[in-house]
Amino acid sequence: MKRIESGNVAAALGVKLAKTQVVAAYPITPQTPLTEKLSELIEAGELEAEYITVESEHSALAVCIGAASAGARAFTATSANGLLYMSEQVHWAAGARLPLVMCVVNRGVGAPWTVWNDHQDSISQRDAGWIQIYVNDHQEIIDTVIKAFRLAETVSIPVMVCYDGYYLSHTHMPFDVPDENKVDTFLPAYSYKHTLNPESPENLNTVTMPFARPDRDGVNKPGYMDIRHNLQQELRTSIPVFEEIDTAYKAIFGRGGSPILSAYKCEGADFIVAAMGSLSNRIKDIVDELNLEGLKIGVLSVHLYRPFPQAQIIAALQDAKGVIVIEKALSYGNQGALFGDIKAALYPCIKRPFAHSYIIGLGGREIKKADLYDAIKESCTTSETFEDTSRWIGLNR
Amino acid sequence: MNKQVTNPVNLTAEEFMHPGNRACSGCGLSTLYRIGLKALGRDSIFVVPPSCLTVMQGLYPIAATQIPCLNVTFASTAAAASGVRAALKVRKKENTKVVAWAGDGGTSDIGIQSLSAAIERGEDFLYICYDNEAYMNTGVQRSGTTPQGTITTNTPIKGKIQKNKDLPKIIAAHNPTYVATCSAAYPLDFYNKIIKAISLKGMKYIHIHTPCPSGWGIAERLSITVGKMAVNAGLYDLYEVENGKKTLSGPSSKLLQKKELPRVAEYLKIQSRFRALSEQQIAEIQAEIDTKWEGYRQEVG
Amino acid sequence: MDDKKCIIMTSNSKSGPGDAGRTGSWRVERPVIDLKKCTPAKRQKASCYLCWLYCPDGVISKELEPQINLEYCKGCGICAQECPTSAIEMVEETRLIEEERKINEKN
Ligand SMILES: Cc1ncc(C[n+]2csc(CCOP(=O)(O)OP(=O)(O)O)c2C)c(N)n1
Ligand code: SF4
Ligand code: SF4
Ligand code: SF4
Ligand SMILES: [Mg+2]
Repeated sequence: MKRIESGNVAAALGVKLAKTQVVAAYPITPQTPLTEKLSELIEAGELEAEYITVESEHSALAVCIGAASAGARAFTATSANGLLYMSEQVHWAAGARLPLVMCVVNRGVGAPWTVWNDHQDSISQRDAGWIQIYVNDHQEIIDTVIKAFRLAETVSIPVMVCYDGYYLSHTHMPFDVPDENKVDTFLPAYSYKHTLNPESPENLNTVTMPFARPDRDGVNKPGYMDIRHNLQQELRTSIPVFEEIDTAYKAIFGRGGSPILSAYKCEGADFIVAAMGSLSNRIKDIVDELNLEGLKIGVLSVHLYRPFPQAQIIAALQDAKGVIVIEKALSYGNQGALFGDIKAALYPCIKRPFAHSYIIGLGGREIKKADLYDAIKESCTTSETFEDTSRWIGLNR
Repeated sequence: MNKQVTNPVNLTAEEFMHPGNRACSGCGLSTLYRIGLKALGRDSIFVVPPSCLTVMQGLYPIAATQIPCLNVTFASTAAAASGVRAALKVRKKENTKVVAWAGDGGTSDIGIQSLSAAIERGEDFLYICYDNEAYMNTGVQRSGTTPQGTITTNTPIKGKIQKNKDLPKIIAAHNPTYVATCSAAYPLDFYNKIIKAISLKGMKYIHIHTPCPSGWGIAERLSITVGKMAVNAGLYDLYEVENGKKTLSGPSSKLLQKKELPRVAEYLKIQSRFRALSEQQIAEIQAEIDTKWEGYRQEVG
Repeated sequence: MDDKKCIIMTSNSKSGPGDAGRTGSWRVERPVIDLKKCTPAKRQKASCYLCWLYCPDGVISKELEPQINLEYCKGCGICAQECPTSAIEMVEETRLIEEERKINEKN
């Protein structure tokens, strides 16, 4: 069924179709309309779930942690400082291997206060052990939320679905709402390996030693580092698992096919612009223009940011002359976050493309078409050397 | 109501906690926990933040407890318990008891926000706070409930300057279903109050004065004795609050008949944590107790 | 869901005794019950059991002749302190060990 709604409503409908059982959230712009929609769906009886109106984001994720550990499918959503406030819980959920799904409606972080979009909030949590997926439009929001539950529950790792505040959250666009019965066949009932159960009691997530230690039957059990190593390994495993899940989704709903990266005009391109989220779609227009001017250039949209898909990145970029990374977040004191990751991925390549980095649109700073055009064109026509600092576009306006 | 009197003879011999755990010798929390589990039984799920209880319940992969438990972050106990309750509700396992069990630091300080919100939402679980009057797990630092004058590792010379917050009173001001105070020295009173609490729907809160030999500077054998002294001197009162009404219970209500209570100085002087208290400060504490009990006596007439 | 792909390693402890080892080795003094003074033993009727109630480690049995599990008793002395008939005495472990050694030598 086609609907024209905001990105936040698309996310809420995905959560509803996934038959989420427990929702806990705390209001923050621009996430609010998503959770308001969920309140409405639950109060109207359209979604049979418990909505816990917590007093903070730290508690929102705590409720989800409790619910997921006790056997229920749980969801939360937040933005910016809300995500930062729950950071302790973000790490906790990954270490406990809880298959949660959280939407991060991307917004810049304070200080100073800003309610407008960039990616600094979710990027700051990239090392927490969650799977992070960045989506580009309303259709991808609803589809990815549904896929995210299956992915989270297959690998038992929490998934963040990140989409741009305002650009996607508050704009109305047409999208197809998947059929409920079909979603039921795609998404099996919730399961978690260590569900709290009085009939087989376990003490979960207590102090864990630096070394392996025998259990009551004398069998050696892993130490902290082994448990964390397993998280890392299974994050890597989740890359092909996500591809399989996407394939299964496509077989039912006819959409998908590029869950990790999506490439636009990258085939045989000399230059490739890499970006995340809705910005990727804007860059497509610039690329079309530059193509007309005779430049062989494409756009690579990075959807799966954690675990970082090295192999796919290498395959997509290694034959280009240059890679231009344009992004809305950075590792302060260093460089663009995606830029650093892409360069690291390309390190083993014998013939490495040059790489340029641009920072754009922080705190909602207007992204002008001309800015993108000038930057990309300059990169394609001038320097071919490696560069370690990021250039900032659109300062002082 | 037909009340069966619980005594050591009829109390179940079944143990839900294993010996050989890491609690210090003579730990007041150990006694409490042992007896508390007898009241709660196996169909329970615990939620525990970092504290001495975490260590006592066992380090991975051995659990000293036989009850399923979710260890959670320090500030999130009551919120995580709300999540466990919500999951049990959607899974139609509503008879399983959800029990949050935290220390005084985890309750009166870092966890008070999520606890306050859980009570305001009218969640259905039992929250137990064992109050050993400091952050013991991190090496005896002051908490919101540490009494004035107490020497701790971050009030090392002069003792804590401020008075303690009256946590049960703060909780009672939220009007939950049930509030009770207990003492580790009266485990049967604790047992009975748990039995009552779990028979009620909604949010229940039990606060327990819990002697800690290592943090309080007393001999290990004295942790029960010292707990009794606090109650009998009228310093720490055992009571219940239901429908906004506070009633002294068991050991404390008996004190109403007494003309004079044992002096609090006895209690204070056997603990090295109170060594910085001056005679005048002790006299002030005594005066406060006297005024409080004068009030209690007038209330009952 | 797909256990073949992921092991899902977490910290999930199973219940058992002795997380801290044989805590009996912590003891400096050992509780010794004089059954002649102990109420249930004397009366041969279940009664008192205050030592059992208060023992933080749950190592005293609730029998007509209460027994102490010395493998795990930490020697806190609460049982001796709270026993209403002073039936429990705390005796220095070194003395007991020395006496036991002498008995063994004689045999
Ligand atoms: C967010 C956070 N801050 C600090 C700590 C360190 N910490 C662990 S236990 C503890 C004190 C616990 O005190 P209390 O709740 O009174 O329990 P007790 O140890 O006295 O039994 C502290 C400060 C932590 N684990 N998490
Ligand atoms: S420090 Fe105190 S509360 Fe903690 S285990 Fe030791 S005696 Fe018990
Ligand atoms: S407390 Fe003393 S009298 Fe009572 S059962 Fe124990 S040893 Fe016997
Ligand atoms: S009370 Fe203390 S000394 Fe007595 S048996 Fe128990 S652990 Fe041992
Ligand atoms: Mg404490």
